[in-house]
Order: sequence, then structure tokens, then C-alpha cells
Amino acid sequence: MKKQTIDSRPAGPKPWYDPRVRSLFFQVVAIALVFWAGWTLVENTLANMESRGISTGFGFLDETAGFGIIMSLIPYDATMTYGRTFWVGLTNTLLVSAMGIVAATILGFIIGVARLSSNWLVAKVSLVYIEVIRNIPLLLQIFFWYFAVLGALPSPRQSIDVGGTMFLNNRGLYVPEPLTQDGFGLVWWALAIAIAAVVGIRIWAKKRQLATGQIFPTFKVGVALLVLLPAIAYFAAGSPLEWEVPALKGFNFGGGITIIPELAALWVALSLYTGSFIAEIVRSGILSVSKGQTEAAKALGLPNGLTLRLVVIPQAMRVIIPPLTSQYLNLAKNSSLATAIGYPDLVAVFMGTTLNQTGQAVEVVAITMAVYLTISLSISLFMNIYNRAVAIKER
Amino acid sequence: MGNPMTEQTQTSNATPSEQDNTGKKSDIIRVEGMHKWYGDFHVLKDLNLTVAQGERIVICGPSGSGKSTFIRCINRLEEHQQGKIIVDDVELTDDVRQIDTVRREVGMVFQHFNLFPHLTVLENCCLSPIWVRKIPRKEAEATAMEYLERVKIPDQALKYPGQLSGGQQQRVAIARALCMKPKIMLFDEPTSALDPEMIKEVLDVMIELAGSGMTMLCVTHEMGFAKTVADRVIFMDGGEIVEEAPPHEFFTNPREARTQKFLQQILAH
Amino acid sequence: MAESTMKPPKKALSPVKWMREHLFSTWYNALLTLAVGYLLVTSVGPLLNWLLFEANFQGQDASDCTGAGACWLFISQRLNFFIYGFYPDELQWRVDAMFLLLAIAFVPQFIERFPGRKWLGIFGMTGLPIIGYFLIPGGTFGLEVVESTKWGGLMLTLILAYIGILASLPIGILLALGRRSEMPIIRGLSVVFIEVWRAVPLITVLFMASVMLPLFLPEGVNFEKLARALIGITLWQSAYMAEVIRGGLQAIPRGQYEAADALGLGYWRKMGLVILPQALKMVIPGIVNTFISLFKDTTLVLIIGLFDVLGTVQSTVTDPAWQNVAIEGYVFVAFCFWVFCFGISRYSQNLERKLDTGHKT
Repeated sequence: MKKQTIDSRPAGPKPWYDPRVRSLFFQVVAIALVFWAGWTLVENTLANMESRGISTGFGFLDETAGFGIIMSLIPYDATMTYGRTFWVGLTNTLLVSAMGIVAATILGFIIGVARLSSNWLVAKVSLVYIEVIRNIPLLLQIFFWYFAVLGALPSPRQSIDVGGTMFLNNRGLYVPEPLTQDGFGLVWWALAIAIAAVVGIRIWAKKRQLATGQIFPTFKVGVALLVLLPAIAYFAAGSPLEWEVPALKGFNFGGGITIIPELAALWVALSLYTGSFIAEIVRSGILSVSKGQTEAAKALGLPNGLTLRLVVIPQAMRVIIPPLTSQYLNLAKNSSLATAIGYPDLVAVFMGTTLNQTGQAVEVVAITMAVYLTISLSISLFMNIYNRAVAIKER
Repeated sequence: MGNPMTEQTQTSNATPSEQDNTGKKSDIIRVEGMHKWYGDFHVLKDLNLTVAQGERIVICGPSGSGKSTFIRCINRLEEHQQGKIIVDDVELTDDVRQIDTVRREVGMVFQHFNLFPHLTVLENCCLSPIWVRKIPRKEAEATAMEYLERVKIPDQALKYPGQLSGGQQQRVAIARALCMKPKIMLFDEPTSALDPEMIKEVLDVMIELAGSGMTMLCVTHEMGFAKTVADRVIFMDGGEIVEEAPPHEFFTNPREARTQKFLQQILAH
Repeated sequence: MAESTMKPPKKALSPVKWMREHLFSTWYNALLTLAVGYLLVTSVGPLLNWLLFEANFQGQDASDCTGAGACWLFISQRLNFFIYGFYPDELQWRVDAMFLLLAIAFVPQFIERFPGRKWLGIFGMTGLPIIGYFLIPGGTFGLEVVESTKWGGLMLTLILAYIGILASLPIGILLALGRRSEMPIIRGLSVVFIEVWRAVPLITVLFMASVMLPLFLPEGVNFEKLARALIGITLWQSAYMAEVIRGGLQAIPRGQYEAADALGLGYWRKMGLVILPQALKMVIPGIVNTFISLFKDTTLVLIIGLFDVLGTVQSTVTDPAWQNVAIEGYVFVAFCFWVFCFGISRYSQNLERKLDTGHKT
């Protein structure tokens, strides 16, 4: 019997007609091509670098940088290494991205909801905002804020004075810096206790609702607790907070916190631009919840506010979150436009100055790309986890 | 009727093609000991079937019984893992050439029509003759019009599928399959997705086609069609062929308990 | 059945009623209306004054900009530079011819039922770039050579965006097919390629193209700066294109693949004749949207020293002969981009709506 089955397939398919062999062949060819291309690139690059006298390797990271950076979140001066410039650039990138994400989200949600407002004027103004801002290149908007608006501000001596504590001039925005004194720890403790109390109340309110059906105004009480408790603690400790107000010293201000115009322009432009995209996402997310859902909720007797909170928003968020994260990713990538106005982000400092001074193009570009790849992949990972969580809920 | 043939072919399959050409020329499909798994799930278990040229077979069974999977194996839309399928003397193996040959000779009609929405009715019918059979466009169009007339919708030739009713679409799908001049036609629940008033127009076309001597394998729940047209009715359940009989015998005197139960349920309606 | 002559009662909305319903329905809506209205009144007036009523249109140079408003004189005086860059004056007819052809090919796309607009579109995708390839740089057919370093302004912006999108289309198709392939290695390579390019900002890609590309190539082989930028843009854009097209491929029902298989069409015919025509049509709005974002992103080339339309303006607003014309310059560029992007996005939205209803019937 076995012999017969073999006989019945005399030779089997010729290898080049067997799809498995074919697919293997194509894949081997593809791999070979990629390796060949990679090999040629590496060989060319090595030859080119040798003829230009560029050394290879990551040793340059330990050499002294010797250039200053106008803004740094971590201690930095010109005597530190190129490796340090990487961290300065990275933290600056993360700072402006985080600031932008927060502002763009708030702005986007407000505008997106306003776009659906029953108030005709508000809806139209939001529409105009969205359609104008998102159809103009981001770089142009950054230039506009940096050169046309902030560049037109007066010099430090003629600073715009906001209540004697904040100063705005063409070198930046100067705001008082809070300096915590002894006893401020009490405020932190009060805050921690308030948070714990809110969590406790929430659990208790849920239990009581299960047992008796009564609904406790958790949100209002929670907000009151979070505000009042730290406030009481603050005054009980004798207001242990001092503000260092910036003051004009010579040609510029000293003391306080400085927001350099590069950061401000980048932040404003990124937030406005991304905010317009987020607004559209929010709008279509809310619209995606079918009318039947709202009708069903109303038929069940839920008032408008509860319909929104219990039915519309949870469903809309599922639609909103995936494109929202990709907007966050876009914002982080777009923050690299900092280069154009000199905000010292990763690309400007590391891929710009460091690369120019060391000539280590391959290493620097590879490190920079790896950073963005890491950011992007971690956001994708988060997205996949989120999608899976949502998918389970659907069952 | 089927069993002796299967035995004969099994004993003489050293050189099947020669034998068949001389002796059993009428055998156009032979399935021998065929098994199929989806992952670990055993969907088709040891199927044996021989179909003679011009024979009309109706396959029925409860949903999930593997009947659709079975006929989809015959033109290799699904791969079987064990056993043999020989269509028109060509065995379905991994050989791309043989798969292409078989698909050329086997037409298929799907439950959901699967017409190409971006092409007109006529273009749907001519696509494969032109690109696979390499027939000149003029000739292909003439043939297509002939078949469209046979399914009684020549006037719709220049419309797009989206502009037609379900019954019309399914008739176009039959015409499209016929344009390849296939030796065998497979029907995978061709009327299940249709509104009741459209089922008849499609069944009429299928009955007409059966009258012309086409070899047909139909998965369908239309028992009336099975009674009038089929040479044999095959009942599948749980991935096995449970019963195989001529229609009058199948409907009046089913042997197996499972068949009886199935018929009771279906005929109750 | 007799046609009913009864019409629904018309809800006559007097302006007062309309305002009560749409502007002052609740107390907070009324407040909001007043606040927004106040802001609009106080900002739109001065804005219009600056833009139009007090603006300067006539004259020769900066000294003629005496009004309080915008100095549009600056734009009209430098318009030639903003549109053509350093392209020689006497040869600018070539660029004009391309602009004209571009308009002939694509303006009809906005007009439904324009005869032969499909063919004009196809010409725009095939014939037009070929003509442009010979016409713009010159050097053949007795045309005088114009080096790419002299190209600039709006013309360069259009060239970058147009070639970027056109070249990335076939690569994107191949990548999308690769990502949906059953061969694990082909799929893996496509995924890596797509994800890496999508993860990095365009600036790093442009830096790479301008700094590293010369290192990658064998000695003696080199591209001009513009070509290097185009290579970078195309690779980057093709990753985005691939994802758009993959969306279309995924949206094609399985039955279409099976029907094509059952008819005996092979892989390439199945894709080329059945799947891709449907998938591409489905993703035209997506492709148009990536085009819009690429169009805006082309401004980044000024960072590597090419003079696109923003680059030309940026380099002239600092001209000491003109004082404080930065805002005028930016408004001009913003207007150029806005008209293009808004128009095209409207077009794609219309298309989307049409495709949406088309699929339901």
C-alpha cells in the first residue's frame, strides 16, 4: 500500500513548480540581496571614512564637547563630554514633547467638543481654527512664533512686566521660581493623605451603592478634599514657600525660571498644530458613537450628562485613543523641527553640533534613529496592549 | 454505484492516467482517503468519492459538517493534508502547474457571488479567458455574451455588479465560471445568500445547466433541486460522508439515523 | 397611488428665533457667544485693516511702505524669486508650461463629469513627469541646462512633493504586498523597513540623506543635494504609502481573493487585475491625505539648505532693505500652502463620501 502511494506520485512536483520551494527560493534571494546591499554599504562607508580620515567607534562619546548649550535640564557645561550632550538633547526633546502633549491634548479636546457645540458661533470658530491651522506647515508656524511674534518682543530693559513678578522680553519669559522651605513636607503629606482618602471614599461609595442604591457625590467631595487638605496644611505650617522673583541684572534678568523663546515658540506651535489634529480625532470619535446608542440611553431614562459619561465617552475613547497616540508620536517626532530655530533638542545638539564637530556621522545618526525607534516602538507596544484590553472587553 | 469503482481504481493506480484513458474514461473526479485538519481540528475524515463525467451530485448536511471545505479542496482553495484528489487525470499536489491546470478546468460559484465590483459584467466574464486561456478579446467577449444569454441577462453586460440584484449577480457568477469552458462546476451554497424570490431564477439556470450534461457538484440546502436534478445525494456530518444514495432512495428510505434526523429537521419546514 | 400634494409644514425661523436657538439657548451658551463674539470683533477689525485697508500695494521699494498695514509690496517685488528661485528669467517659460500642464491634468479632477478627466489624471501621473524630466533641467532637445542648485521657490516645493509621492507609490505597493505576504522573511523585511522609516522624523532622514548618503556610495559616485533629498523623501514616504495601501488590501473581502484563485489567475494577475485596482481606488483619499502631509513636510528641506518656497521667503525677510516684513512673508507662504492643502483635502473628503455611499449600494 505504501509503495503504491509513492508510485502514484511518480516524481512529485519538479522543484521549481513546488510553491514551498519557490517561496524558500524568493526568501533566500531577498535575504541575499539585503545582505549584499548591507555589505556594500558598510564596505563603501568604511573606505570613504578611511579616505577622509574619520575614525570609527563610539570612543568620541567620552571626549570633551567644548561647546555650550543654551538650555539644559541636567547640569552641563562646555567641559563635559559628547556623551553628556546626548543626554542634554534627549531630556530637552522629552521636555518639549511632554509639554506639547499636555497642551495639545487639552486644546484638542476643548476644540473638538466645541466643534460639536450647539452654539453656532463656537462651532464655526472651532471649524475655522482647525481648517486654518492644520493646513499650514508646522515649520512655518514655528518660524512665525519665533521670528515674527517672539522676535518682535522688546529687549530686556523694556520688558513687558506682568504684575511685577513675570517678565516677557525677546530673551524669553521669566517667571518666579517656588523655593520650598522647612515644613513644606507637611503639605506633601497632606496631599498623600487626601489621595488615599479619595480612593477610600470611592471604594466605600461603590460598596454603599451596591448595598443601598444610594449614589455618593464622589467627584465633588474628592476635589474638595484634594484642594482643601493641602491648603490647610500649607497655612498650618506657616506658608513654607518662597518665590524667587526674577530681577534685571545688567543687561538681562537673573533668578527665577526662564523659558527661552526657542522653547516657547516650539511649544506653542507644536501644541496649536497637533491640537487641531486631535480636535478632529475627538470630533469623529464622538460622532462615531452611533445615534442609536444615545437614543437607547435616553430611552432608558438616563439624563444627558450621564448619557455622555456612561455611554458616549467610553465608546468614543476606544475610537479616539489609537489615532491619539499616533498624534503623540507625531508630536514627538515633529519636536525635532527645533533644529530650525536653535532649540537644543536631540537632533539639534547631537545630530547637529556633535556630528559636525566629530564627523562621526554613522554612529551619531544610528544613535539618534535608535532613540526615535525606541520611543515609537514603546508607544506601539502600549497601543497593542491597549487594543488587546479593549478587544477582551468586547467579548 | 460508487464503491466498486473506487476499489477498481485503487487497485490499478500504478499508472492511473493510462488506465483511465482506456478503461474508466468517465471518471472525472476521484477522491481517495482524503483528510484535512485546521490546526489540530480534524475537519475532513477519510473521504472517498468518485464522480463520473456528466454526473450531478448534491452534497448536503448540517452547518459545520465540512461540505463547503470539501468542495473547496477540489479546486485547491483549501489544502488537504492526506489522501489523494485527482481531477480530470491531474492529481492535486503542491505542484503549482497542476493546481493551475485543475483550476482552469473547474469552475466555481460562491455563496456570496464574489464578482469583481470594479469590472463590468462582461469584463468579469472575460477576465480569466483573456489572461489565463489567452483567448483574443473579441472572441472572449463573444463567448461571454453567449453565456450571458444562456443565464438570461445579456442586456446587463455593461453594468457593474453593484447595479444588479442578488439573483442577477449569481447568474453572472455562473456565466463567469462557464466562460472558462470548465469540465466541472462547483457550487458552494449558491442560493443561501439570496432573497427567496430570487432563488428560483438561479436554480432554473442550474437546472438548465444540468440538462446540458455538465458535471456538477453542488453544496445546497435546496432539496427540491436535489430531487429533480441530482444523480446522487451525499450526506455529510462531522467531516465524514455518512450516506450516499440516489435521490429517491435518499429521501424516501434513508439508512442512517443521522440522515433521518437531518431530513426530519429540513423537511419539517 | 396619487401623489400627495401635501408639503410638510415649514418651520419659519425668524433671525431672532434662529439666534435664540443657535446662540443663546442657555445662559452659558449666551455667555460663550458674547465672549467669543467680543474676541472676534476686537481681533478681526484690526486684522482686516492690517491685511487690506491700511496695507501697501503700490510702489517700488521699502520706502513706499508708508501705511500702517502690511507691506504687500515686498511680496510682489520678490514674487519671481518665491516662485522660481534662481531659475533664469528668460527660461521661466519652461516652468510656466509645467504649471499649466499640472493645472490641465488636475484641475478637472475637482469637476465631476468633466469629459476624460480620468485620462487627464493618468497623463498627470505618467506623461507629465516625463515631460518635466526633460523640460525643467534642460540639456536635451537643444534646451539650455539649468542646474538643480538654481531651482527654488514654489516650483521646488511642487517638484519635491510630486516626485516624492509618485516615486513612493510603486515602492509602497511592493512593501504593502510584502507585508501581507505569506513568506515570513519577505514579511519581516517589509515590516522592519516600514516601521523604521515611520519611526524616525523626516529631519533625521534628510540629514542622513545629505550627510550619510555620500559615505554609503562608492567613491566618485555622488548625487546633487536635491537628488539626495528626493531619495530620502521617497524612502520615508514609501513607508507611509505602504501602510495606506495595506489598509486597502485588508479591506478587500476574502471572497475576491478566492474567486480570483478559482478562476486560475496567478498571484501577480490576481493582484494586478483584481485586488490592487479595487484596493487603490479605495485608498485614494488616504493617498491624497499623505500627499497633503508630504506637501507640508517638504518645507523641511530648507534645513539642509534647499530653497523651497518657505526657504526663499525666510532668506529674504532678513534682507535689511526691507524692515519687519517677516509677518508678510509668512502670511504669504501660509496662504500658498493653505489654498493647496485645503483645496485638496476638500477634494479627498468629497471622494471619501462618494466611496462610502458607493460601497453601500
